[in-house]
Amino acid sequence: MNHAMSVNSASDLHQVSDRLAHNAMRHVSERIIEMLLFAAAAVSVLTTVGIVYVLVSESIHFFQHVPLIDFLTDTQWTPLFDDAHYGIMVLISGTLVSSGVALSVAIPMGTIIAIYLSEFANPKVREVAKPVLELLGGIPTIVFGYFALLIVTPLLQKIFPELPGFSLLSAGLVMGIMIVPYIASLSEDAMRAVPMSMREGSYAMGATKLYTAIHVVVPAAISGLAASYILGISRAVGETMILAVAAGMQPNLTWNPMEPAATITSYIVQVALGDLPHGSIGYQTIFAAGLTLLLITLMFNIAGQWLRRRYREAY
Amino acid sequence: MQPMTTEQIRVLIARGKLKDTLFQGLGIICLSIGLLVIFLLVGDMLMRGLDRLNIEFFTEFASRRASQSGILSAWVGTLLVMLVTAAAAVPLGVAAGIYLEEYAKRNWITDIIEINITNLAAVPSIVYGLLALGIFVYTFGFGQSILSAGLTLALLILPIVIVATREAIRSIPAMIREGSMAVGATRWQTCRYHIIPYAMPGILTGVIIGLARAIGETAPIITIGALTFIAFLPPAPFSATGVDGASAGLFDWVMSPFTVMPIQIFNWTSRPDPAFEVNAAAAGFVLMGMVLTMNAIAIYLRYRMRKNIKW
Repeated sequence: MNHAMSVNSASDLHQVSDRLAHNAMRHVSERIIEMLLFAAAAVSVLTTVGIVYVLVSESIHFFQHVPLIDFLTDTQWTPLFDDAHYGIMVLISGTLVSSGVALSVAIPMGTIIAIYLSEFANPKVREVAKPVLELLGGIPTIVFGYFALLIVTPLLQKIFPELPGFSLLSAGLVMGIMIVPYIASLSEDAMRAVPMSMREGSYAMGATKLYTAIHVVVPAAISGLAASYILGISRAVGETMILAVAAGMQPNLTWNPMEPAATITSYIVQVALGDLPHGSIGYQTIFAAGLTLLLITLMFNIAGQWLRRRYREAY
Repeated sequence: MQPMTTEQIRVLIARGKLKDTLFQGLGIICLSIGLLVIFLLVGDMLMRGLDRLNIEFFTEFASRRASQSGILSAWVGTLLVMLVTAAAAVPLGVAAGIYLEEYAKRNWITDIIEINITNLAAVPSIVYGLLALGIFVYTFGFGQSILSAGLTLALLILPIVIVATREAIRSIPAMIREGSMAVGATRWQTCRYHIIPYAMPGILTGVIIGLARAIGETAPIITIGALTFIAFLPPAPFSATGVDGASAGLFDWVMSPFTVMPIQIFNWTSRPDPAFEVNAAAAGFVLMGMVLTMNAIAIYLRYRMRKNIKW
């Protein structure tokens, strides 16, 4: 476009080059801004890289002292004793039992609430119920821990007098209540995405609302439901404070929810509360435990994504 | 098969309707349990902690005697940590959201960033604590400071801020961008003067929800090794430090040891002496008050936004 312009005098030429320079500046500053914005977006990737790097590098030191096979098969977890044993199964059992209790509360309750809100409730009830669920999901976990230890455990002890003051049961039950909002809200979104015509077809055949919900809507939304359950599992496995407060922190290889036990997460808290020197084997155990935790959640997430792809229904 | 009589069909229909009603009842019961838990929790903490909820509770440090303990260092710590978290998470999250919505080309780098953000949201919070322990505390040498804690929580809520920003931006119609660019605005000018202002309410909602989540997080902060017993405040800017009459710099407080509300509550709940339960209840009530207020503001903002915006 330059040559098309008639350049009459030196001053005109000056103006044009000024304007072009301004344009070039604009271009450069636009590029710089884009790069800054990209850097911000890249921080999330750096976070992941950082997590993997920290966990793996500290765990490598740990596994130079402790053979992997002992880590996986030993039935004792006593890393801070003179006679140290590093059997991660002890902590995994606590994590699995408490998560099992939590999910046996959260999955049925969350699903029922989701079906109720999406298929039965009128819009007014839904407008009120969703914020209430959100508030429940926003309660700090430390407060839930207080709830489990000082309110739920005494209540449960009235039903089961032999229940100890710390137990996986009461921590798990409260954890379940904590997870309900996540499952309910995600499942409801999935069910509301099922097209109305499918429900209408079912009603036209004379099916009741409940029959339609269970035999038409739920199967159609199953991939969304699975995703919400997986999120619930990740929450349960990674939950820390409720267990640290209400489940006791002594390592205990058990499958009985009535007993107290440490979980992977509550062990990390217990060690962090103490005063372990940086670089000691005790310090490295929490990174090995953290890596195990991350692998367990990763496993469930991959399973969830596979399930979602496998049962995806497109409308 | 025998054809059904009208009577049998009526029974069948009645049974179906009964099941519907029963299920509705079940749904309402399940919902009420959630509501009941909130009431029980707030009610119990208020009843137990009522005696301690006075001015002194907010102006006293934690003490070995339960009846003289207060939450001064805890609420100041929480406030300062949140300040650092917001200062780090808001610019980073908003910038990342703008990049992904307005700038990013569809390629594998963008895909990686997006998948990564989704996965980060599922990482347990205590793992962020381990990351911070390895990187912020030891590699960068920030120590067990307000800075380490604030940055840890910022990384934790970054996905929430990014997702909220993206959703807010996505709801702005394309004609706004086209109009702006048609009068010669660059991409950044369009963002700066149109996209960001219009997306502001949505971004704000996400930021508040993120901070409400961060304020209650305990595990990552315990993991970086925050102390549970702190009987002093971080140095205020330009205050005397007591060392040769020197005064503190503007940002000295970020490197100070600290405690926060959830850790104070954890400390009090885990003591065997029941007198401290009262303190835990009172502090829990204060924390719940903060979190519920923030969430309520966010819910209200979103409600107003839905009502007011018409493109």
